[in-house]
Amino acid sequence: MAEKVLLKGNELLVEAAIEAGCRFFAGYPITPQNEVPETMSWRMPQAGGVFIQAESEIAAINMLFGASAAGARCMTSSSSPGISLKQEGISYITAAELPCLIVNMQRGGPGLGNIRAAQGDYFQAVKGGGHGDYRLIVLVPGTLPELYQLTMNAFDYADFYRNPVLILGDGILGQMAEPVELTPYEPILDLPPKDYVLDGCKGRPPRVVKTLYLHPTDSLVQHNLHLQEKYARIRRELNLYEEYETEDAELIVSAYGVPGRIAKGAVKMARREGIRAGLIRPLCVWPFPAAPFRKAAQTAGRFLVVEMSFGQYVEDVKLAIECRRPVAFLGKGGGWYPSQEEILEEIRRLSSKAQDPASVKGSV
Amino acid sequence: MDFHRPETLKDAPTHYCPGCGHGIVHRLVAEVIDELGIRQRTIGTAPVGCAVLLYDYFNCDIIECAHGRPPAVATGIKRMLPDRILFTYQGDGDLAAIGTAETIHAANRGENITVIFVNNAIYGMTGGQMAPTTMIGQWSTTTPDGRGQYAEGGPIKVCEMLSALDGVCYLERVSVSSPKDVMNARKAIKKAFENQIAEKGFSLVEVLSMCPTDWKLPPEKAMDFVNEKMKKVFPLGVYKDRSGGRHE
Repeated sequence: MAEKVLLKGNELLVEAAIEAGCRFFAGYPITPQNEVPETMSWRMPQAGGVFIQAESEIAAINMLFGASAAGARCMTSSSSPGISLKQEGISYITAAELPCLIVNMQRGGPGLGNIRAAQGDYFQAVKGGGHGDYRLIVLVPGTLPELYQLTMNAFDYADFYRNPVLILGDGILGQMAEPVELTPYEPILDLPPKDYVLDGCKGRPPRVVKTLYLHPTDSLVQHNLHLQEKYARIRRELNLYEEYETEDAELIVSAYGVPGRIAKGAVKMARREGIRAGLIRPLCVWPFPAAPFRKAAQTAGRFLVVEMSFGQYVEDVKLAIECRRPVAFLGKGGGWYPSQEEILEEIRRLSSKAQDPASVKGSV
Repeated sequence: MDFHRPETLKDAPTHYCPGCGHGIVHRLVAEVIDELGIRQRTIGTAPVGCAVLLYDYFNCDIIECAHGRPPAVATGIKRMLPDRILFTYQGDGDLAAIGTAETIHAANRGENITVIFVNNAIYGMTGGQMAPTTMIGQWSTTTPDGRGQYAEGGPIKVCEMLSALDGVCYLERVSVSSPKDVMNARKAIKKAFENQIAEKGFSLVEVLSMCPTDWKLPPEKAMDFVNEKMKKVFPLGVYKDRSGGRHE
């Protein structure tokens, strides 16, 4: 039986990373993720790994670029403004196809914003952020057991696809504590050998890690096509989500991360009132798990999207169902979160509308 | 004199302009790596700038970095593989403008790496814009009236600046603008690698180098420019040496 502990999300993240063999961490202090570098600073040396408090987020992500090229499982963490600074490095790491884990415990924005939880970095995480055509695998745990498991899995996804993985959390996920069983790390994928590692060319020809493609003239096109092929494969292979009471649902509520968990509570309460509500809660938002949404759109008449921003994730839900059903939106930004009661109230309002066909007409 | 190609250099013609100093500095670094027998455990970093294609010339593992970030990237590799030899090869824009923070903090941490800093007082690859080391009065495409003390500020003197940091082991400024200077540059580069092998910490060699193309000078005049103008602003010599050994 694995050890059961009560830890903050930020501390649990460290335990999961070390359990999964992460041996390099570089980061910079920023609230609300300071427990990550603080815990790393003593846990990493215990595990025989390297901890560096970098001079900037830019330096931290570039230290990862080096550590990953040297073959290490490595990670950095930050919160929104710091993640913005890392975007240059993320683009390079993605172009060089190096694995690593980046954690964003999001806070309120834009700008310096505040230090409360938010989900305003969704577009940055799934649509780009840095320059060029690239994708990150973006995991969105909503509970601490999920954070523990997905952090360990993240290293496998990163190594398997040779692509950075981003855990898109928020200040609540980082700061809340829950009992979690520290299950041992087991690889979930058959990991390929790291035949790109730069460790000196003893007994082999020299290797190069680079992202500049000048010659021949179409070499950058070829490199991009190779990346796109990989992203298409990830889209086919990686679909993580929770479905709850969707089978007979007339109204599908969808949210990710901590709001996903709050929404699940609201759906449970709605069911007790006899409202046929269901929930789709992605655990990965790139690739976006479109299949359960498409399936639900065949039977459910309405959707309600809840998020801690003023409307980002909702666009991907609309894309997934190709706007075939009306999608209502409950967004809280600027560091605020929707309560279970608010979501329930919205579910009630929409379900009474759902019973009145006239109100649905023309609202797509 | 031995004129065979060092094993650490590939048999490839470089893209550098006639009279450019990079070819000389590449050769010196390669000769030292050969002499110390460390090619198969050396990892170099390529900068953004004229030397970005370093991996086409160096016959060892190379990682090409974002502009200014080589000291951070080298830190990541060296900390994971402490018994390998890491060198960064950086120009003035890379090391002393966009990468100033990475340079200062890698130096201050005393990272056990070797930094080869090529200072030609101009942005070469982008076509002759002002560098952090462009001298007062020096023409560039972005200082058409010459660099001014009050608008653009004076040239950053990297060795002088870094010498204040306790983490630094060795700083020397050399030149490749005459045969005698080249011989001395080789000794400094060798020492900077020896320091790393002996785990003595951060070593940086600043090499004053020619950029005839962007200075709009013929190659021989470019060497005069280094000897007569740059050496006055950037005096050659050892700025810090805590290696304990004697510099020949």
